[in-house]
Amino acid sequence: MSVYAYYPGCSGLGTSIEYDISTRAVCQALGLALADVPDWSCCGATPAHTVDHLLSSALAARNLAQAEDLDVQALITPCPSCLTNLKTAMHRMSDRDFRGKVNKLLDRPVRRDLPVKSVLQVLVEDVGPEELASRLPGKPLAGLKLAPYYGCIMNRPPELMRFDDHEHPTAMDRLMQTLGAEVVPFPLKVECCGASFGVARKDITARLSAKLLETAQDLGAHAMVTACPLCHMNLDLRQGQAASVAGRQFRIPVFYYTQLIAVALRLPQDAIGLSKLCVSPNSAFKAMRKALRP
Amino acid sequence: MEVVDIHASCDAEFIAEVEAESSQRIAECYQCGNCTAGCPFTFAYDIPVSQIMRLLQAGQKRRLLTCKSIWLCATCESCTTRCPNNIDVARIMDVLRHLARREGYAAERNVKVFWDAFLDSVEKHGRSFELGILAAYIAKTGRFWPDLGLGPKILPKGKLGFKPHPIQGKKQVAEIFRRFREISRS
Ligand code: SF4
Ligand code: SF4
Repeated sequence: MSVYAYYPGCSGLGTSIEYDISTRAVCQALGLALADVPDWSCCGATPAHTVDHLLSSALAARNLAQAEDLDVQALITPCPSCLTNLKTAMHRMSDRDFRGKVNKLLDRPVRRDLPVKSVLQVLVEDVGPEELASRLPGKPLAGLKLAPYYGCIMNRPPELMRFDDHEHPTAMDRLMQTLGAEVVPFPLKVECCGASFGVARKDITARLSAKLLETAQDLGAHAMVTACPLCHMNLDLRQGQAASVAGRQFRIPVFYYTQLIAVALRLPQDAIGLSKLCVSPNSAFKAMRKALRP
Repeated sequence: MEVVDIHASCDAEFIAEVEAESSQRIAECYQCGNCTAGCPFTFAYDIPVSQIMRLLQAGQKRRLLTCKSIWLCATCESCTTRCPNNIDVARIMDVLRHLARREGYAAERNVKVFWDAFLDSVEKHGRSFELGILAAYIAKTGRFWPDLGLGPKILPKGKLGFKPHPIQGKKQVAEIFRRFREISRS
């Protein structure tokens, strides 16, 4: 069994708890052992890098140092924002001068160069669609039409992220197709949803999210599927705000991709967390069943 | 059209500072406009990102540090990914807001207040505490519960903790902030 250091990220304890729960359950079901980074702290998220790059790297790097106690081959995280911060810190620390400065801010210096990856990357590369397919009861999500939304930073910039395609990513598409779902050709896969401006400038967030929701709805998707807690919050919790900007109704369930894998694997309800979604997912499953009827 | 007398007002020191802190060469921008074309925030910016690059080449310090755009950039990395000259434009946007902070400018004050509230929370608890951040934001901006409509949607979901999740090493995290402030002062 492969063991990975797991960094849940702060939102995994709160607004994206269903992402954390379903990620853990799916990894366990697919034979990936997760060891939580001991006493992990916030990676600094967006705010830290807007203040200073040394500060943001140090906040992320404390977690890289904490992970060094674990006997693992890589550190993985479900959250693209955490991923970027951890990867950026690791990358910038390849400069010895910068590493020295970061280590001076830390109680415990970073010594190793632990690879940092997204859970999505590990599911696609280390498990793979074929292995996933072999564990499924047929094609459990046949009939479900999904708009796959990756968000801006899962694959960008490519020199740093080194995974999938930066303009037209397909990792989630492939996993969802393996489950039997149909993936609509969603042109806004890597457009921005409005990121963390939901509180201070919700007018901006609503306008950008509305464009995504409109496009998904017009393409006939039954639901959207995402890999990012912030995107999810803007599309699910804030769907009503986007609707008022767009001047039209939206009823688009937004899943985390791990929730759909968990559904397909028939994992127990409390390992999926569908009840945590603000927009009820029932319409999507209803449409899925309807599509299957002759 | 705006006319800038670049001989009279070009601040060469400012250009050098941005270049040093971002590790980018400003002169490499040839104004193709690719960054602006892909920037999702152009509709909300007071200066589009390619024009920020041009004003930077012209050393227009005050103009840049007092603009709104640098506070609205979401670091979506579209510009960085698509620039034909491999300029890390998003990093330059970050550096511009670092400098704006140091000079005491914040043209989008509420954005800064939100980010500061977030970091205060991390400094205090070691992790971010969502409800605490919102409360601090409300207290500082005087905006009464900016997302009033969302309460009934999210509260029944039991996702928002009413208490922070402090960690054992929260002192270590607070120390990162303290040491950072110490070296920034020197
Ligand atoms: S894409 Fe690059 S070269 Fe083109 S305007 Fe923007 S910064 Fe300049
Ligand atoms: S990183 Fe900022 S400036 Fe660049 S495209 Fe994204 S929002 Fe625009």
